[in-house]
Amino acid sequence: MAAKQLGNEPNDKVSMNRGNYPESPLDRPQSGQHKYEDDLSVIRSMMERSSRFISLSGLSGVAAGLIALLGGGYALYLVHREGRGYLSHTAMAYTTGFFTQLFVLAIVILVLAVAAATYFTVRKSKKAKLQIWTTTTRQLLSSLLVPLFIGGVACLALLFHGQTQLMAPATLIFYGLALMSASKYTFQEVYYLGLLESILGLISCFLVGYGLIFWIIGFGLLHITYGILMQRKYR
Amino acid sequence: MINIQSLNKEFESRVRLGIMSILIVRDWVEFKELKSLLDITDGNLASHAGALEKNGYIQVHKEFVGKKPRTTYQVTALGKKAFTDHLSQLEKLMRQI
Repeated sequence: MAAKQLGNEPNDKVSMNRGNYPESPLDRPQSGQHKYEDDLSVIRSMMERSSRFISLSGLSGVAAGLIALLGGGYALYLVHREGRGYLSHTAMAYTTGFFTQLFVLAIVILVLAVAAATYFTVRKSKKAKLQIWTTTTRQLLSSLLVPLFIGGVACLALLFHGQTQLMAPATLIFYGLALMSASKYTFQEVYYLGLLESILGLISCFLVGYGLIFWIIGFGLLHITYGILMQRKYR
Repeated sequence: MINIQSLNKEFESRVRLGIMSILIVRDWVEFKELKSLLDITDGNLASHAGALEKNGYIQVHKEFVGKKPRTTYQVTALGKKAFTDHLSQLEKLMRQI
């Protein structure tokens, strides 16, 4: 006989009557108060779980941040080896070969960071036995990727016109906006991460000689800090 | 006094409460996703969803994608009202305790 006491189950894990249907009266605890409290917490947790993507792992942020930090550091090294302060000169001062090198580096960082972030998030999903590919995931991705794509094209336009000093600020601004738009479908904290990235981008617009430094702070340090905070809060 | 009679009997089961909570905040939801969110068995979900459908609280849509059947659920206007009423009753009861 399944005389589980529903009233005593922890709140985050929704306890359900797995036994026979219809539900036996034994499944109901005697005292009313606990049942109502638990009912409300079931409602809240189900609304939360179904409308937000909660598998986003803090470790994803840490991993992506570390990759950005290493990649950005390497870019800084390359720029110094060329003997110039980053983008305090006009774009024409750089050789095409050097630019290709930086461009390839940027793509490698992007691919590695996305791969690492995906890995940890998929792992967390599997651990929690949550479905990964749901309508919420699709909404999250499209609200993230559409602004990001538009921003990416705008950055290519900057590159095309030789306005490379504005590329680091522009990537930060558009990435921040994309995060703010995606935050509707995941943790609220993502909104503030996005806000900080955008603000950093705006400051960087006016301090063009330090674009790479701002980029490293934004994509590296902010991600790592965010990841650690989230990991501690939601683990 | 606490008036337990005012609570909707249909929502006494946690599974039904869970199904309704999810459908309230979402549009069409697939059987598979519902099952994984609630962490229950196929049969359990099917019987509770069936009961809610019979009451007119949710509507069921069945279709074939290729050769695979796909069942999706949506809350009805009646279900939305019943659920919000139930929530207000719960709140009232909580305040009285």
